[in-house]
Amino acid sequence: MRASRNHPAFWAFLVHRLSGVALAFFLPAHFYVLGTALDGAARLDGVLAWTEQPLVKAAEWVLVLLLAAHLAGGLRLLALEFLPWRDWQKTLAALAAGVSLACALAFALAR
Amino acid sequence: MSVRHEVRLWVAQRATAAVLAFCVVVHLATIIYAVRGGLTAAEILERTRGNAGLALFYAVFVLAAAIHAGIGLRNVAAEWLGWRGRSARFAVMFLSLLLAMLGLRAVWAVCA
Repeated sequence: MRASRNHPAFWAFLVHRLSGVALAFFLPAHFYVLGTALDGAARLDGVLAWTEQPLVKAAEWVLVLLLAAHLAGGLRLLALEFLPWRDWQKTLAALAAGVSLACALAFALAR
Repeated sequence: MSVRHEVRLWVAQRATAAVLAFCVVVHLATIIYAVRGGLTAAEILERTRGNAGLALFYAVFVLAAAIHAGIGLRNVAAEWLGWRGRSARFAVMFLSLLLAMLGLRAVWAVCA
């Protein structure tokens, strides 16, 4: 692996980008599910019952992790671009990872 | 693509990121709170139906996400796939509009 890629900032960039792409492609499905409420509560309940399957629940957990990771990575980027904190890159990357995992764990415990 | 246009997209990406940072924190807290004990349509709709504040919040969330996702995918398409130019612009604009329409439809479905 090239030295430029074996660095926390590169991994932070990769996680931010991949989570962003995944979320962009998940959103239409999420909006579609919520839109089923237009056909009545029973239809939405049918879709919600489907989400009780273990695999779907695991996918939801991953999605919450991706959302939290994209949020934390985005805040890291905004801080790097707009605040004079450039020496804190590794700390910010670690903080982003920690916050993401905490959100996903809270969701997993609640679900 | 002119430098001025690129700058506008950069500013739009950062401005929507700032809006989304607030919206995602609220959304994450809401879903972690809402999923406790399982989800039912009645429980969700009871909270959301007729709630104008929630509708406004999620409409802003949807529009910011549609713009942010479109610009982000445009950058990914250019840098990773080498897909630039008019076709890439139209594809991304189509995706952004699709996200905005589907998202606003979802807001209407649960809040109206």
